[in-house]
Amino acid sequence: MTPSGGTTSDLRLYRPRVSTWWWTRKRSYTLFVLRELSSVFIAWFVVYLILFVYAVGQSEAAYRRFLGWASAPWVIGLNVLALFFVLLHTVTWFALTPQAMDVRLAGRKVPGFHILAGQYTGLVVVSLFVLWLVTL
Amino acid sequence: MTKRRVEPLVWLMFSAGGVLAAVFLPILILLFGLAFPLGWLDPPGYDHLHAVVRNPLTFVVLLGLFVLMLVHSAHRFRYTLYDGLQLKKKRTVAVLCYGAAIVGSIAAFAALWSAA
Repeated sequence: MTPSGGTTSDLRLYRPRVSTWWWTRKRSYTLFVLRELSSVFIAWFVVYLILFVYAVGQSEAAYRRFLGWASAPWVIGLNVLALFFVLLHTVTWFALTPQAMDVRLAGRKVPGFHILAGQYTGLVVVSLFVLWLVTL
Repeated sequence: MTKRRVEPLVWLMFSAGGVLAAVFLPILILLFGLAFPLGWLDPPGYDHLHAVVRNPLTFVVLLGLFVLMLVHSAHRFRYTLYDGLQLKKKRTVAVLCYGAAIVGSIAAFAALWSAA
């Protein structure tokens, strides 16, 4: 209840209008929105991989057709963009982890630098594993 | 009400998908998106790839990877639309984003199942 007798839902809160382009005003805001947009390219590449798996499951001809389609300039262009955005995601995600997680070993806080180093080691190990698995 | 109970689960999947995307996607895009189509590296032979895709372990790993990355993407894009574009129809946006992730997950299952 409010002093005037209405419920809180009757309150008219002051909400200043925010421009659609608020994030172009400052570099850190732009970087934030670019980072968030990485989600679009992650979705794109998951779809790409699903199509790839489907083609491999069908036949060798379908696999060759997929590779032909994948070398079309617009697909390559999208994948170059996707690589850029995913790397932005990787770097910012790793950088945020020490702030989001409080890792303790033997009661002492693990310094952020060690968490960062661990994550990049993980990235290298996984990358080498994938490379080994598919080019073996 | 159910919405509130779903939120922590979605957030957990968002984080898991974020870690997986950060670690797996750069090499996957580099290899399958660029190096093989452009011929920088010889594309893997069909029989080898087919054997990898048919392995039950690959099925489980890839399905988990695809679903978590789709949920990650949907969750983040939902908030990009809220904050970035200042959209007001929050419920519609949420339904569309998670709906797309669910459709994608079903497609992932179907593709992996047909390959197995």
